[in-house]
Amino acid sequence: MGAKKEKRVVLETRHVKKQFPKVLANDDINMVLYEGEILSLLGENGAGKSTLMNVLYGLYKPTSGEILLEGEQVEFSSPKDAIRQGLGMVHQHFMLVDNLTVTENIILGSEPGKYDFIDYKTARKEVVSISEKYHLHVDPDEVIENLSVGVQQRVEILKALYRKARILILDEPTAVLTPQEVDELFEVVGRLREDGVSIIIITHKLEEVKAISDRVYILKRGKIVGERETSQVTKEDLANLMVGREVVLTVHKDEKEVSGEPILQLEDVVVKNQKGINALDGISLDVRPGEIVGIAGVDGNGQSELEEALVGLLKLESGRILYKGEDIAVLDTKQRRGKGVASVPADRQKFGLVLPMKVSENMVLGFHDEKPFVKGINLALDTIKTHSERLVEEYDIRTPGVEVPAGNLSGGNQQKVILARELSSDPDFLLVAQPTRGLDVGAIEYIHSQILKMREKNVGILLISLELEEIFSLSDRILVLYEGKIVKEFLPENTSDKEVGFYMTGGKKTAEDRA
Amino acid sequence: MSGIASILNTDLLVATIRLSTPITLAAIGATICERSGIVNIAMEGIMIIGAFFAAVAALYTGNPWIGLLAGVAAGGIFSLIHAVATITFHLDHVVSGAVMNILSFGIVRYLMVMIFGHPGTSDAIPVGLKAYQFAIPGLSKIPVLGPVFFDQTPIVYMSFVLVILTLIFLKKTKTGLHLRAAGEHPLALETIGVSVYKMRYLGVFISGLLSGLAGAYLSIENSISFTEGMANGRGFIALAAMISGGWSAIGSFVAALFFGFADAFQVRMQVFKVLNIPSEIFIIFPYVATVLAVAGLVRKSRPPKADGIDFIIEKEGA
Repeated sequence: MGAKKEKRVVLETRHVKKQFPKVLANDDINMVLYEGEILSLLGENGAGKSTLMNVLYGLYKPTSGEILLEGEQVEFSSPKDAIRQGLGMVHQHFMLVDNLTVTENIILGSEPGKYDFIDYKTARKEVVSISEKYHLHVDPDEVIENLSVGVQQRVEILKALYRKARILILDEPTAVLTPQEVDELFEVVGRLREDGVSIIIITHKLEEVKAISDRVYILKRGKIVGERETSQVTKEDLANLMVGREVVLTVHKDEKEVSGEPILQLEDVVVKNQKGINALDGISLDVRPGEIVGIAGVDGNGQSELEEALVGLLKLESGRILYKGEDIAVLDTKQRRGKGVASVPADRQKFGLVLPMKVSENMVLGFHDEKPFVKGINLALDTIKTHSERLVEEYDIRTPGVEVPAGNLSGGNQQKVILARELSSDPDFLLVAQPTRGLDVGAIEYIHSQILKMREKNVGILLISLELEEIFSLSDRILVLYEGKIVKEFLPENTSDKEVGFYMTGGKKTAEDRA
Repeated sequence: MSGIASILNTDLLVATIRLSTPITLAAIGATICERSGIVNIAMEGIMIIGAFFAAVAALYTGNPWIGLLAGVAAGGIFSLIHAVATITFHLDHVVSGAVMNILSFGIVRYLMVMIFGHPGTSDAIPVGLKAYQFAIPGLSKIPVLGPVFFDQTPIVYMSFVLVILTLIFLKKTKTGLHLRAAGEHPLALETIGVSVYKMRYLGVFISGLLSGLAGAYLSIENSISFTEGMANGRGFIALAAMISGGWSAIGSFVAALFFGFADAFQVRMQVFKVLNIPSEIFIIFPYVATVLAVAGLVRKSRPPKADGIDFIIEKEGA
């Protein structure tokens, strides 16, 4: 280990174990947190990071083991105890009530005021004073649903600080932020450290660990498999520790000449969302065979509408979708698929799979009424089974068999089932939305390689992703989607994530700059 | 048209208030319940239970005020079945609500036969709450509004006060804020250390008390005996009032007034035969009004986000 300075231990766990009915989520966890340090907890999905934090935060009771705070053993029976002892947590999915104001959210559960009445004046004053103290600028009267994700996160941090948190746990804090917002967050975290707040960051992103933390624990299958001083470890080392094998971090993309007529063209496509607002506001783009076009953007700028319009779930208000020169906007989803349009939907559990149905049934979904999967009016069950087994083999899907419900598979394997189904249909155009959301490094690596394989086969690919890194490593061209419009086109080699991020937020200055 | 004009008078408005009172009470109760995240379609059943016990208690004690308390308490206690089923045992809220409604018919029929020896209508209570109608000095002299709002019977006055209390409770109190959070984002509430279950139990219980009061109004204020089926769909109309009122106390009140008006209007159209068409047609009027109001307004109102969504803290094998 690196030089352990004369630092006070604020939090310690000894032999903490958490057993769920089927899974041992945490096994003999021993970790310490020093005062005023930023500690990372690195691990893949399912490694037990979040469980451990929920144990620390009093949401789960540990099966065995001790938690020590400032050297004294504590037992939290609910988050209330943890909060009282100075712990604060910013959850990955924000714990903010959308239709309440910033102030109401911050004071929730610890409201000032006599009897049962809330003293809103005092509450507002306190919120303003902490937000000034920590330079976390928010409008105390704004309703949460009107705020950007970055600002919402700021409210979450304020919520913890309002409760006088001395230890702050951040669960996957950058998962939903733009590069600018990430920078802001890192600044905030740095300032909090200066104020003596100790911080634990839970993450599976290696850059994040390197960028801000002092020390890192690596978690794998519920156990701590390593501890490192961040300054003395490389990203590759961390990845290998985390996955347990050599991982290729950078995608190898061969140079490729793209030529020929576009396989897919959108011409002035306008789509309204449920509220009647133009979610896509005159989009034109084209995808050529063997090309990956990446759509970058902050969530909610028309991504899901673009996806649904392409596969035929949403009607166009105006405009055309030309596929091999033919307008397919008038065709329904099935007809489009029959022509060679495949799609990997962003919401794999809602649109990609029928979770309670067997893996084999999911493998043929959409083609189940076509040869060779039908015999007369019956499904050709044998053919479906052998076909699925072949795909399971080919796509390295970890499942106990093709007869188990798709819902029993892990996220990564569910995604592989979808990928197997879509790619095996031999498409000419492939829409991939959020292909690696919530997946771990190993699965991401595999899915990226499969997408690139399709590119080799001259399939035209439209990639919609909120992960800028993914956009950069896969795309041949990058289009920035902002408020339903393509606001900028880039070649990945001629731009930076900062520049793309700038356009993703409408080219506006960030809240931090404004303040 | 002079025919219709003849029934457009202060009496119509007084009747509007009286007919809307049980709907108002059940609707603001349901508002509190659903804001906590529990769907409640059991108001009809709770009302029936409240009406029955209010009448029985008033009959045997001879005191309608004790009847009132009994009705409220019975409603509250009966509603706890819904709370236990949906919150503790995670049963689907609509299923539980439907069961509650059916159960109430059964309980009341059984007790009617046991106590009075026959189903149908109970014996008449010696004195009803209508006897306590009083005009508020001064205010009741205001033209039109005076007799409508300030010369009423006790539970009608209570309903006015309760609408305001509900409003204050939801907007200004800590418990109200917690309750609203439980219905919007329960985990957010739980993670700052407030029990979602407690808030939801509270929400269901309050709605039980208020529906019980609505029941008491039917049997011992608006009438002097209990009759099976006397709720006559008002619990469901209250549900419609809550929805078209946008899950708010004031909205529910206004919607309930509208439905009360439709009912009062209907009765007058029937009784006074002002139009030369079969009077039976007007019976359907309040129900059609309900359907139209819900169909027209429901798109604009937004239910609490976690309304009807079960909450379990520790996920197995997470």
